Amino acid sequence: MTNAAVHIEGQQSLHAHVHDALAPGAAHSKGQQHPIKLYLVVWGWLFVLSTCSYLVDYFGIHGHLRWSLILLFMVLKAGLIVAVFMHMAWERLALAYAILLPPVLVLVFVAIMVFESDYTHLIRVISFASPT
Amino acid sequence: MAETALTNTGQAPARLEGWRGIAGDWASDQRAFKNVSWGKAMMWIFLLSDTFIFSCFLLSYMTARMSTTVPWPNPSEVFALEIAGHHIPLILIAIMTFILISSSGTMAMAVNFGYRRDRIKTAALMLVTAAFGATFVGMQAFEWTKLIMEGVRPWGNPWGAAQFGSSFFMITGFHGTHVTIGVIFLIAIARKVWRGDFDLERRGFFTSRKGYYEIVEIMGLYWHFVDLVWVFIFAFFYLW
Repeated sequence: MTNAAVHIEGQQSLHAHVHDALAPGAAHSKGQQHPIKLYLVVWGWLFVLSTCSYLVDYFGIHGHLRWSLILLFMVLKAGLIVAVFMHMAWERLALAYAILLPPVLVLVFVAIMVFESDYTHLIRVISFASPT
Repeated sequence: MAETALTNTGQAPARLEGWRGIAGDWASDQRAFKNVSWGKAMMWIFLLSDTFIFSCFLLSYMTARMSTTVPWPNPSEVFALEIAGHHIPLILIAIMTFILISSSGTMAMAVNFGYRRDRIKTAALMLVTAAFGATFVGMQAFEWTKLIMEGVRPWGNPWGAAQFGSSFFMITGFHGTHVTIGVIFLIAIARKVWRGDFDLERRGFFTSRKGYYEIVEIMGLYWHFVDLVWVFIFAFFYLW
């Protein structure tokens, strides 16, 4: 890219910035405006999903079904809160990826600690656990 | 601005979307987060760092629970209550979950009314949110008292693995601290909204900067995050 092109790009950004501050329709000049109904619907869904995850425990579902249901309801609730209540669905992708990608990398840490705790458990069983 | 007249066609150039938009936003020599104020961007980055803190707590809990050779106490039984002669598993935690979700709902509405510059409704909804939060902390205090009376300590408990107590007090204690700070934060901002600081553009006493209704949304981000963390604690600590 030539210097001239960079210059024009800079001017455009500046112009866009000014435009954001002035234009009534821009997303943030008046903040996040969404109909109240949307929040009520999401609120209702959060209640339903919480009830579902409580019922998993209430009916004593066990094994893989329990864990997959718990994780499913958890992810759905978290997604609704972040996307609608925290307005991430309406933010630009640059912000969404900057905030949402790093926590996903925690899963690598989870995998490491699963191996580590399996190993610790094995050593404890072999060396320290009571023989009974 | 004379210079911009060169490129001024009467409309702002449309920002790119998708991957080209991400590359464009990050490569621009100004701010990376277009149309997000610094206050909101910084709150998001703070929440990201807080995510890592809670991730570490939940990870250490996972490691303790997976590596112990002693059976883990059954949370469904530990947190059961006798209500009107019925033994209901995990009921207190379920009620706390519903209270926190309700507070998130009222907070979202407060943000909405804030941007409509309806200061009375905004302040009222924020105070309702704070009341829900205080109720939550109160129930948590009740839960802690009950467990301590039953002999749960950070170094042991009557039902199984000793790490149960330390994980429980650490995770719920840190979350409860966040809720408490959130309630204080809510009351402070609600007072400003009620007084009309953001309509009069009154300057803050410490920073001397004008406030805007956007602070209600930033406050909301923190509050929803507290609710978000509870979703994960509820799933991993209480239901697992």
